[in-house]
Amino acid sequence: MTSDVRDVIIIGSGPAGYTAAVYAARANLSPLVLEGSVTAGGALMNTTEVENFPGFRDGIMGPALMEEMRAQATRFGAELVTDDVTAVSLSGEVKTLTDGEGNVHRARAVILAMGSAYRELGVPGEKRLSGHGVSWCATCDGFFFRDQDIAVVGGGDSAVEEATFLTKFARTVTIIHRRDELRASKIMAARAHGNDKIRFAWNSSVSAIHGDSKVSGVTLEDTETGETRELAVTGLFVAIGHDPRNELVRELVDLDPEGYVVTGTAVAPGSHAATTTRLPGVFACGDLVDHTYRQAITAAGSGCQAALDAERFLTVLGDSPSDPEYAGHPDGASEGTVLDGRPTLAGASR
Amino acid sequence: MGIHTKDTTDATFDADVLKNDKPVLVDFWADWCGPCKAVAPVLEEIAGAHADKIEVYKLDTDANPGITTKYGVTSIPTMNVYVNGEVVKTLVGALPKPKLLRELEDYLA
Repeated sequence: MTSDVRDVIIIGSGPAGYTAAVYAARANLSPLVLEGSVTAGGALMNTTEVENFPGFRDGIMGPALMEEMRAQATRFGAELVTDDVTAVSLSGEVKTLTDGEGNVHRARAVILAMGSAYRELGVPGEKRLSGHGVSWCATCDGFFFRDQDIAVVGGGDSAVEEATFLTKFARTVTIIHRRDELRASKIMAARAHGNDKIRFAWNSSVSAIHGDSKVSGVTLEDTETGETRELAVTGLFVAIGHDPRNELVRELVDLDPEGYVVTGTAVAPGSHAATTTRLPGVFACGDLVDHTYRQAITAAGSGCQAALDAERFLTVLGDSPSDPEYAGHPDGASEGTVLDGRPTLAGASR
Repeated sequence: MGIHTKDTTDATFDADVLKNDKPVLVDFWADWCGPCKAVAPVLEEIAGAHADKIEVYKLDTDANPGITTKYGVTSIPTMNVYVNGEVVKTLVGALPKPKLLRELEDYLA
């Protein structure tokens, strides 16, 4: 089934996607949001307490915060589809997206908000023992490690938050970090240091995970001396960061060396649109783009910007379609066939 | 209990799953598990659309530690496919629907 051409479609449904949906809906753009078949709500669906999102003095549970955002988007008229996008065509005036059911959706503007996925260690034993002692979801799996000695790999807020959460179940939790001090916020680090059940393996990286039918231990390598030692643990939670989910658009937009989508490009001098990509009418926001901060609030902020950038794009398109500001083509050209009396914009895809 | 999916327990597992003459997908889940809730509607759809080929049972790991431990489940969601009482496939984590269907294609054909 192919739809009529909409104003804007949003791919992704974390704080960036839902905030973009709220703003786009309130601008009467009737946005469609493709939320993801099993990933709706994004990374915060796997956390417990979110204490640093402004507006919640006592904190709020991650899934509850996402439910609020989702309801807010629906309230203003965003249409939500709990499905994945499996293919895209983003050049030209009308972009097309194919969902998991095979439906084709069309729009003049697309907002990319696919977020990021947890990073794997990439060491022997990791894939084989995934689900048998190796986990990426502390809130899901902590329960299965009651009274056991387990470890969390990582040194940022996520790792420390997971380690602290896991002390509710485990006997001991060893934080394995490749440096000699945590990267986490001061308040989180202080909690970890003050927790009797938490130990630290500093300057350490995991070089292998062992076990037959389940995890029995890991080999740690000293990041300074290279010496190895064994740590006996029956659970390993990996919290070493995330990589941007750029698979759908890898060949179509510019990526930085770490795979984040590059934004703020391809507009006329003097324009300050922050979320534009090299393709006219395609905007990007959230963890897909954010190399540096990767917070729910920065994602939400960029989602707002993307919706406003898309709104302005569509207004210009409607008012003066020959305006070169949004030609977006690297050569500045805007050739294309005439369609319905308006020149189309040539997409800048390779 | 869903519309198309059914619940199984430590006590009824043998009859529901191991002695079933159809392939059975068992979804190990728990109330606190976000991804488990996310994948639940997808399993309902699969159970409804392929009822003649496969049965889908859900096992609450919190209430049923016996079967959970027997099959070494320490991550949820975990989905095991049982044919003639044996585990023939194990899927860990909430797979997106297209991927899940591809993984189950041998049993849905």
